[in-house]
Amino acid sequence: MPPKGVPAKAKPAPVKPKAVRPKAKDGDDMTDVDGADHDDWVNTKALVKPDDQLELTEQELKEEFTRILTANNPHAPQNIVRYSFKERQYKQTSSVDQLAIHFALDGNMIHKESDEAQRQRTKLGIPDAHVEPAVSEVGEPVSAAADSEDRGDEAKEEAGDDAGTQAASGSEGGGNKKLTNQFNYSERASQTYNNPYRERGTATEPPPRAVFSGNVTQWEIFDAYQEDFEKQEKNKEKKVIPGRKEEEKARKRLTVTETSGDDVSRIAKAAKIVERMVNQNSYDDIAQDFKYWEDPSDEYRDNEGTLLPLWRFSFEKAKKLAVTSLCWNPKYTDLFAASFGSYDFMKQGNGMMLFYSLKNPSFPETIYETDSGVMCLDVHPEHPYMVAVGFYDGSVGVYNIEKKDGHLHRCTAKNGKHTDPVWQVRWQKDDLENNHNFFSISSDGRIVHWTILKNELTYQDVIKLAMPDSAAEGPDGTKITTIGCGTAFDFHKKNDYLFVVGTEEGKIHTCSKAYSSQFLDSMDAHNMAVYKVRWNPYHPDIYITCSADWTVKIWERGNKSASDKSDAMDASAKKPLFTFDLNNSVGDVAWAPYSSTVFAAVTADGKLFCYDLSVNKYEPLCEQMVAQKKKTKLTHLEFNPEHPIVIVGDERGTVTSCKLSPNLRKQPKEKKGAQAVDPSVREQAEIAKLDKILLMVRDPTENKG
Amino acid sequence: MSEVEETIKRIQSHKGVSGIIIVNADGIPIRTTLDNSTTVQYSGLIHQLAAKAKSTVRDLDPQNDLTFLRIRSKKHEIMVAPDNEYLLIVIQNPNAV
Repeated sequence: MPPKGVPAKAKPAPVKPKAVRPKAKDGDDMTDVDGADHDDWVNTKALVKPDDQLELTEQELKEEFTRILTANNPHAPQNIVRYSFKERQYKQTSSVDQLAIHFALDGNMIHKESDEAQRQRTKLGIPDAHVEPAVSEVGEPVSAAADSEDRGDEAKEEAGDDAGTQAASGSEGGGNKKLTNQFNYSERASQTYNNPYRERGTATEPPPRAVFSGNVTQWEIFDAYQEDFEKQEKNKEKKVIPGRKEEEKARKRLTVTETSGDDVSRIAKAAKIVERMVNQNSYDDIAQDFKYWEDPSDEYRDNEGTLLPLWRFSFEKAKKLAVTSLCWNPKYTDLFAASFGSYDFMKQGNGMMLFYSLKNPSFPETIYETDSGVMCLDVHPEHPYMVAVGFYDGSVGVYNIEKKDGHLHRCTAKNGKHTDPVWQVRWQKDDLENNHNFFSISSDGRIVHWTILKNELTYQDVIKLAMPDSAAEGPDGTKITTIGCGTAFDFHKKNDYLFVVGTEEGKIHTCSKAYSSQFLDSMDAHNMAVYKVRWNPYHPDIYITCSADWTVKIWERGNKSASDKSDAMDASAKKPLFTFDLNNSVGDVAWAPYSSTVFAAVTADGKLFCYDLSVNKYEPLCEQMVAQKKKTKLTHLEFNPEHPIVIVGDERGTVTSCKLSPNLRKQPKEKKGAQAVDPSVREQAEIAKLDKILLMVRDPTENKG
Repeated sequence: MSEVEETIKRIQSHKGVSGIIIVNADGIPIRTTLDNSTTVQYSGLIHQLAAKAKSTVRDLDPQNDLTFLRIRSKKHEIMVAPDNEYLLIVIQNPNAV
């Protein structure tokens, strides 16, 4: 709002007559309410209009503008905001100072009785106004004061005029009062003796310092929690078992001795890992081949496959021994067990059992030495640390490979030991009381069932391989029933009670655990000793046998077969489905675990034969020399359940591993987009595949019959 | 106990292995087949590297742990296997005949 009461415009205001007052102009704010005073005085003078006056209409002139006079300072801000620490926020100050100072002038008058005034007076030599009335008459303070005032004034004036007369006036005033002036004032001082400062201190030995630092990482926190948790667990245990103090003491003693043991022993695990790494480096190319090599030439040769030799496992002490048995570990598919002994009747010595891992081809993982040659071994399918072995001296033993001391059990002569070498052992499923048990077969014609009862080995004769046909005549003409010599057996995959036995005479008996006196079936299979019998992993009725008579034969178990086999009731007339002549004594034969039509056999001239019935029913897909030196008999063969390799043992104590080329591993192709084949579905497919082949083979025999 | 000794001897005599060092938790070599200066150098440097590697593995997942560390260079390969308190270092030249 513009300032009220403009002085500039005040001039024309009185000039204008009151009668013509309604001409209120813009910016001209007049609320001359008390115009009644001026009503009498009529101004007849003419209007004096300035040149720049606004021209307004009558209406506009009559327009009333309301102006209000307030005491507020228009310049004072109305919205001052201050921060209040008490309330921690900005607060608007409610009232603002409305005082507007238009003009300020600092005056230079000082009260004559103030300190400053006195100082000035003393400086100028003017006597103090107060002193005079005190010195002079007391009764007239006022007049004296007035006089002194005058005098003071005079003195002031004099002092102001002439500085020289100060002394006189000063002395005049000084006579009355003690004043400190520059002439009488004397300063006296004295200095006490300041003692010199001396610094004294002792330095203590600084406390020993050690730098301490720590890292906090996620795993350290985790470890700390684990420790704490374990401590809590221990505390709980201690509370639960308060009475076992002695045991704890014993434990403490043990732990103490362990920790104070040789440093080297504690690096065992790391050393093992490093050894494997070193081996992997050395045999890097073999390891790569094992994993990735696929013979590319197999694409062009449909009916042929090859074997790529991989690692060769040999042990110094076993070089004079022959590999008598091989077994893959069911749980760790890179671990296998090899037993060593001698097939030579004349040269019988010690035996060995070695456990090798594919990850360390240069040295076995575990070594067991035995006094008698080990002829066979079997790893328990469910408990891979339990191993059953059969010895040349006829005894059987059980080992726990977690303990390197020795055997868990060993049967004795009183305890059912065989009188001839044990050729094969096989673990069975745990019996009703969850005891481990296994079977063994030996040349003494007995098949014995061993059970581990309460840490002891007990035996039970299952069957005696009697030979009902040829009863030899004793010296005095009595007929003595001869006993056949068992060399191999195999249990049916599904029907556990059913098993097939091969003998040295070349006969094959089908037996059942339930019947101990009689065979279910028997037939003349070979002309010489049967070295191996194996059931087909998929087909329930097919088994394969190999013999020293240079042949491998595939048989079908036909108990209640079609009626047109009426003339096949005669056991001896049974014919094998397939016969393969391998040109030399066949040491071992094995079905492949991935296919129902693939099998392999090893011979005494160092060759490995691999057949696939679905591809070629008469010729081998692969016939390859596996042994290093010529004239090395290959003794045993095993397929790895998981990887496409086979291990072959020979009579020089070497185990060779070979990779099967793709042609040897043909499996039914799955349709694209189909889900992974169910094992049971696969089985059916395999069985069907084999059946198809068998049909072709069976037909001519049926027709003949 | 002697089995471990045998294992170490076997590793030493394996094809291409130049040396083997056993280092304890503080980084001090307690057993070696190399000369002193080389041993000290190897143990100091590799000990730190193994600790770092272990820390990395465990930081990512505290329930995990380092099993071994392999450094393959142009000339040879250094294999480090940590154990609870010890560190086993093996230097091998895989291409050695």
